[in-house]
Amino acid sequence: MDSERLHEQFMERIRRGEKIEATDWMPDDYRKLLLKFIQMHGVSEIMGAFPEKEWVPKAPTLRRKLGIMSKVQDEMGHGQLLLRVAEELGAPLGVTREQLITDIFTGRTKFHNVFHMASPTWADAGVIGWLVDGAAIVSQAALLDTSYAPYARVLKRICAEESFHMQHGESIILSLAEGTQAQRQMLQDALNRWWDSLIFFFGPPEISESARRMMEYRIREKTNEELRQKFLSRYVPRIRSLGLTVPDPNLHFDESTGKWVYTQPDWEKFGRMVRDNTGPKSQERIALRRQAHEGQAWVREAMTRSTAVPVGV
Amino acid sequence: MVMENVQAVISNPEVLTALKDLLYQLADDDLVIGHRASEWLGLAPEIEEDVAFSSISQDEVGHAVFYYNLLAELGEDVADKLAFERSPHARRNAVMLERENGDWAHTIVRHWFYDSFEDLRLQALETSAYVPLRQGAVKIRREEFYHNLHHDLWFRRLIRAGGEARHRMEAAIAQLWSDVPSLFDLGPHADMLRESGILPVTSVELQKAWRDKVAGVMRELDVQVPTQWCDASDGRRRHTDALSELLQTMGEVYFIDKAAVW
Repeated sequence: MDSERLHEQFMERIRRGEKIEATDWMPDDYRKLLLKFIQMHGVSEIMGAFPEKEWVPKAPTLRRKLGIMSKVQDEMGHGQLLLRVAEELGAPLGVTREQLITDIFTGRTKFHNVFHMASPTWADAGVIGWLVDGAAIVSQAALLDTSYAPYARVLKRICAEESFHMQHGESIILSLAEGTQAQRQMLQDALNRWWDSLIFFFGPPEISESARRMMEYRIREKTNEELRQKFLSRYVPRIRSLGLTVPDPNLHFDESTGKWVYTQPDWEKFGRMVRDNTGPKSQERIALRRQAHEGQAWVREAMTRSTAVPVGV
Repeated sequence: MVMENVQAVISNPEVLTALKDLLYQLADDDLVIGHRASEWLGLAPEIEEDVAFSSISQDEVGHAVFYYNLLAELGEDVADKLAFERSPHARRNAVMLERENGDWAHTIVRHWFYDSFEDLRLQALETSAYVPLRQGAVKIRREEFYHNLHHDLWFRRLIRAGGEARHRMEAAIAQLWSDVPSLFDLGPHADMLRESGILPVTSVELQKAWRDKVAGVMRELDVQVPTQWCDASDGRRRHTDALSELLQTMGEVYFIDKAAVW
């Protein structure tokens, strides 16, 4: 069968709402778009461990210590699940796990803007869990019906775990919000630091060429702006109910359009930061990942070389 | 004599003092090794191991919480205060566990050494006269079984791999060996612990069993077993700057306001 015909049949399957499995025929374009998207998702989970990891040794109670350890572990676990999906997709193109990771150092893959930012206080760890994971839930839940079945299956588990993370973050936030004046201030400062990044997180309102193609393939169905509006509807009332101030004097819900009006973040600045890895913590965190990977290549080589002979203890 | 609960032990000051000292050893060991293990989060040699190793560090901290809670029941402070507020001098963890993390070989050797010790200590505690501790030991040993399997596999495979991995493992063994006896310091009340049946084993018996197991595996892997063996007597009191720094880091947020709810 010629490829044009295959392509047409594929698009019919997509339009009928069928799901594509890893072993099904798919256009190269579909495969490459998905691969890039899932790699960025997976890598973001892994790089996303770092801003919170800084607070793992400093968590202020034993319960918080266990909570944040488990939360960061989940992020690494999500990274692993997503990279497995990406590895499978990339195999026919000769893409390996090794490359999926080293692409971080060479700048061939990007990670979400929020993970380029500093997290200088314990309240930042709370805000990340509550609002960054909250934003992630909004964007990931919108992908649950994605046309690529292995991605959809992994997302189902990820979304379930992210909702625990949101509760973990919310619990940290509530203690601070109900705490001393200094704790409340720490929380407000953290919110101020994260707000613009959260608005940027969903991406620019214009629909890019690759986003348009992904919608055609039903890889994703919602626009950046739809997701951002959903996030604002869900979280602005919650933020305000805690007595916190959203650091955007223009933020309001326009009844006539049914939409939130907000101050535009500096799209150019954040865009450059993600593209060129020039955020406040980009290089430091990339260096950590590089050290973990390249600095320990000897371990992976040894384990590949050495045969597994488990012996009872 | 079986001591069913707190009431059974609280009327005997000597036994109570000995029991508390042991519980501090158990709790502090697991808190410190769990904290060190958690420093690997996001940095393990492979993503899969990152996830696996984090489960181990969570188990260790969870076990520490169990022991601190037993102390709280015996009239000591609440678990968080015990974990965060005690000075480095008051800590009873073995000095081996507080050392800063080295490379992955160092981590594997330390965990394998500690697991091998902990298994023997828990085995003894499974028949402890203090029932709450005995019950906990049974449950904890079930979890530690998997840590043991995990580290045992890593230990053997990295050595068998030869080359750089084997060199690093041998260097880690040499570096850690002189710290090993610190594990076997059972504190100034060791005799009372044994007589009362709270910890029905001696340090000498534990050392022998540990060396038999560890030396056996090392010989099997053709690794030289170091011959020197230091005195264990102050291994839980002679702390280093590494512990002070660890506690300072751990308390960084807590001490902003220790009366606050976090």
